[in-house]
Amino acid sequence: MNGPHDLGGQMGFGAVSPEKDEPYFHAEWEKRALGLTLSCGAFGAWSIDESRHARENVPPADYLAASYYEIWTRALEVLLERHGFATRAEIDAGHKQIEPAKPKRILTADMVPGVLAGGGPCDRPVETEPLFQPGDKVRTKNFNPATHTRLPRYARARTGVVEAVQGSYVFPDDNAHGKGENPQWVYTVVFDGGEIWGEGADPTLTVSIDAWESYLEHV
Amino acid sequence: MSADHHHHDHDHDHGHHHDHGHHHDNRYTDMQARVRALETVLTEKGLIDPAAIDAIVETYETKIGPRNGAHVVAKAWSDPDFSGWLKRDATAAIASLGYAGRQGEHMRAVFNTPDTHNLVVCTLCSCYPWSVLGLPPVWYKAPAYRSRAVIDPRGVLAEFGLTLPETKKIRVWDSTAELRYLVIPERPEGTEGMSEEELAKLVSRDAMIGTAIAGAESGEKRP
Repeated sequence: MNGPHDLGGQMGFGAVSPEKDEPYFHAEWEKRALGLTLSCGAFGAWSIDESRHARENVPPADYLAASYYEIWTRALEVLLERHGFATRAEIDAGHKQIEPAKPKRILTADMVPGVLAGGGPCDRPVETEPLFQPGDKVRTKNFNPATHTRLPRYARARTGVVEAVQGSYVFPDDNAHGKGENPQWVYTVVFDGGEIWGEGADPTLTVSIDAWESYLEHV
Repeated sequence: MSADHHHHDHDHDHGHHHDHGHHHDNRYTDMQARVRALETVLTEKGLIDPAAIDAIVETYETKIGPRNGAHVVAKAWSDPDFSGWLKRDATAAIASLGYAGRQGEHMRAVFNTPDTHNLVVCTLCSCYPWSVLGLPPVWYKAPAYRSRAVIDPRGVLAEFGLTLPETKKIRVWDSTAELRYLVIPERPEGTEGMSEEELAKLVSRDAMIGTAIAGAESGEKRP
């Protein structure tokens, strides 16, 4: 979707302001928001792709004004309601009102080291050979799906060069919507700055994205 | 947008929106209360273990941080075999030092050279190599960096106090898939004979994102 999250090349946000010796958390609730997001992810009810799409669906004005942990929290509430774990009314009231759906897994403290150390690999085998090879000239597709995609707007309908075949991975555009993992080959594709930004682009700039095979066409 | 803007001025921020007719959801004007309510509901339902949240927070406050990545970089500078392994299979090479897991499942190491400076961003969300750098800083997740790193990287670097030679190429890596990028900065001159431990002290978190270069002691206090 062409949501507020797709920020590459947008303007008007001002200077980057790095904070010296920045703490990991700026408020106690941020710690809880992180832990809640990971704990609820452990239910096994939704994928990382579905959770990313829930974050992209935070209304644009809110998205751009919110800190990232607020975006996570808003999206988490949507996911909890969608999958039957908690309603907005319950969270508004601050107490349980209905029995929740049964998660596949409940994360307890003893499980945390193993879960964090294991992570969630999303490479998957595919039976096809890669359609593209390093050095191939490719063009990204032009599309504007209302659904989840990982092809940023600035990199649509652009010509670049395949630099590497990175393996085969879950296809987020499908997986975010419960249509299955449908893995595809992923390629690092490099674009000249001028191809993306045109007149006035930094001549020393190249930008790469990691693109699923179906985002690409031979030139 | 500074971290201050994001956090301490939050209430003010939202009031500002009301003035402009945006129908802000007032559920989120007090995040401390909202998140506490969420945790209470989920605890009452037996869906979460508050002690698991404590354990997650403790892990990322005390165990997993940019010292992991600095160790990787120092070893790459010191050991050509390790450096070669890192180029071929960063996930395995990094795992051999004990750093793996969440948001580090599929690692790639990108090496700065005299010709090219690498810079990592996630324009679409906040993808970041947690296993080697820990949790990302606020600026990495905020619109100013995500919007400009791909179109005006030199302007962004200047805001970090880094000015590169005009002829130096800049390669920006937008983390659009599940690969997580670690920049291996150039080894500073005059560091011959330094131990890995000494070298690691020269490698800041920002040098491994690409918003700094390695050099003076990073003074990094994070784990």
